[in-house]
Amino acid sequence: MHEWALASTVLGFLFRELGCRKLEHVVIALGELQNIDWEVFRFALKNIAKTEGLEIKHIEFVRKKAKFYCNRCGHEWTLDDVNLSEEEREAIHFVPEAVHAYVKCPKCGSRDFTVVEGRGVELISFAGEGCNVSALRS
Amino acid sequence: MQGKAAMFLRSDPRLYESRRKLEQQAKHVLGFASAKGGVGKTTLAVLAALHLARMRFRVGLLDLDLTNPCTHLLLGVEPRLDLVGEEAGISPPKIAGIEYMTIAFFTGGKPLPLRGSEATSAILEILAATNWGQLDVLVIDFPPGIKDEILDLSMIGGDNVKIVVVTTPSKLSVEAAKRLIDVARSEKLSILGLVENMADKPGLGKELARQQRIEYLGHIPWDPDLEQSFGRPEKLVEGKAGKAMREVTERLVKLLEG
Repeated sequence: MHEWALASTVLGFLFRELGCRKLEHVVIALGELQNIDWEVFRFALKNIAKTEGLEIKHIEFVRKKAKFYCNRCGHEWTLDDVNLSEEEREAIHFVPEAVHAYVKCPKCGSRDFTVVEGRGVELISFAGEGCNVSALRS
Repeated sequence: MQGKAAMFLRSDPRLYESRRKLEQQAKHVLGFASAKGGVGKTTLAVLAALHLARMRFRVGLLDLDLTNPCTHLLLGVEPRLDLVGEEAGISPPKIAGIEYMTIAFFTGGKPLPLRGSEATSAILEILAATNWGQLDVLVIDFPPGIKDEILDLSMIGGDNVKIVVVTTPSKLSVEAAKRLIDVARSEKLSILGLVENMADKPGLGKELARQQRIEYLGHIPWDPDLEQSFGRPEKLVEGKAGKAMREVTERLVKLLEG
């Protein structure tokens, strides 16, 4: 499932790129648009970590509702205001930016809008041993 | 603001996963690029991928023209989500011997107007999630211009990423190609060579390659029957342009392997 690939991406970043040896806690935002099955995602994070011999003590998810802003008329809306078929939701699950193909501003009909919040998986914060965050600034 | 954007990109786990995938799943990444539209870049990218597959290379094709993807039209693929598989990420379907991925699978061919940061995000999502398996060559069809797609790849890609500059003999196209070469160099994006399309003989494109000291990969003649082969890969490679592109692809292989 796609959740496993996303979990692998997050863990690869923390352990391989930043060199974290052990994580005390990780906070991850799950945007409504990507429609992640958070139970599967948590299971994937824990299992991949276990298989790789890594340790994460606490995982916290923050669920964020999708919010849109129309660049043309300034209208703001949420996913509750639009109708999407199952297939369209599935396509957006894989690539959230595909929402621009299926959604228009409910007020003016423009496709020129910004996903302000709630796009997808986003690493908010983490704390652990050996994490070299200075690598991000170099 | 530029520094802030770069900082955001560096703290995005998908950037590293994209780089890892490109480095580990493809020996070579070959992007077909042009600063100007209408020079036949998409056709040449598809032809190169088809020839590489015929030469028994394991080849992938990624359509990175997010707002106007067209490679599926040349390959005769109806862009449907159910063609995409799921195995450790997104699995590309195999079309005409090519592992094939396009944003059109997710948009159903509908328009996808994206502004800069969202284009970058879509690119990262596709590159980080697509599981190519093991490829000898991943061919990328870039959109025309010197925008997010090519700049992002220069940031993501490793030493195995190279571009092929496509131009026609037109003065306008050659001038645009010159600008693209300039940017590629400033962004440390390796240029494998230049192809001159819609040219019955070597023209200004060859002169540009000489001036810029880059490999002239050859010229592809104008093919009036090309359009009739769209959607039929086996016919596409046998046409006038298709046959000429085989010679160019052989040169590309020599350069990649050399």
